[in-house]
Amino acid sequence: MGLLSSTVSITRYKVDGKLEEPVLETVLNGLKKNCFKEIDDDSESSTGWTSFENPYSSTFEGSSFVIGTYLTFSLRIDKKTIPAKVLKKHCAIETAKQLAESGRKFLSRNEKTAIKERVSNILRSRIPATPNIFDLVWNNEESSLWFFSNTKAANEELETLFFKSFKLTLIRLFPYTIADLTAGLSDEDRDVLSKLSPTNFMG
Amino acid sequence: MLDVSISYNRYKFLGYEFLTWLWFIIEKDQNKLQNSNREPVSLGIGSRMVLENASNDNVESITIKGDDADLKEAILSLRKGAVVTELNLSLKEGDQEWRFNIKGESFNIAGLKPPETGPVENQEEIEGAVLEKVFLYDKVIRLMDSLYKDFIKLRVTNKWNTEIVPLIKAWINP
Repeated sequence: MGLLSSTVSITRYKVDGKLEEPVLETVLNGLKKNCFKEIDDDSESSTGWTSFENPYSSTFEGSSFVIGTYLTFSLRIDKKTIPAKVLKKHCAIETAKQLAESGRKFLSRNEKTAIKERVSNILRSRIPATPNIFDLVWNNEESSLWFFSNTKAANEELETLFFKSFKLTLIRLFPYTIADLTAGLSDEDRDVLSKLSPTNFMG
Repeated sequence: MLDVSISYNRYKFLGYEFLTWLWFIIEKDQNKLQNSNREPVSLGIGSRMVLENASNDNVESITIKGDDADLKEAILSLRKGAVVTELNLSLKEGDQEWRFNIKGESFNIAGLKPPETGPVENQEEIEGAVLEKVFLYDKVIRLMDSLYKDFIKLRVTNKWNTEIVPLIKAWINP
């Protein structure tokens, strides 16, 4: 889901640590090193950064990722998903062929697994990958980042690639981390916070 | 700081209690609805509410949908020990409206629909459009942070148990 869509979902992060100076060069290097690379025939998926304005081109020029005071770019995840029914059909054809050739009535478990793997590889080389683009807005001054997706898999990919690219950890902001890290509580209050237990609102 | 996945699960009740408290102040104490500049805001329950009751052995989930849904069922669920786990909220400012869902356990914002902005017709307009959208999303995020901050500052004091919880109980059990 894109930042400019009419409806968006946002997962929020605190960026732990500071970028090395010069900041824009550090970011550009991180983006270039881990930019999206087209999926090859044998792979199931490919993940990398793309530019916000041109998500289907994997190049970052100059400071094209800077909008106002924000760093704005996208995470692209391309995946090849073989429809289950297509896989089933081709496995059945291949199984029948192998049975006819061998003159046997059954195949072993290992043979069935090998067929499935072979068929998956062949199909994977034939089908196009589906691209998914997830935008993000990074406010470096406030060490905050918005990722425009709530899906678990996309968020996990983001956290991994972000650390790999910029050597900074993304801390997800949820009730405890917001209270502990951003609510301005005193050490005493944070100590109380860690010992809280659920309230009973029943009569 | 605690391990993130441990603290996520151990303290998700804070998010549920926040949403329950938020519904309470929307209904009963509107002047507590203030943004970070301490200006009053117009925030209302939108078209969806999800509650969860884990007080018995089984976890029961109750979803109430509809623009002018009767929330009596939801109050009844609170009376039985449920908490609010997800809310659809409507924020109004003049003739502008933001609608969004917020999840108690993750604080994820979903289905955020900000006020309408003009279409982007060419590449040159993208920068302005991004800044406008970010500004609009920021209103919701800053408001929720500010309200959560008000809640958590109450929650770590005795006032929570001595003053706020009795008021919420009285609201649930009139």
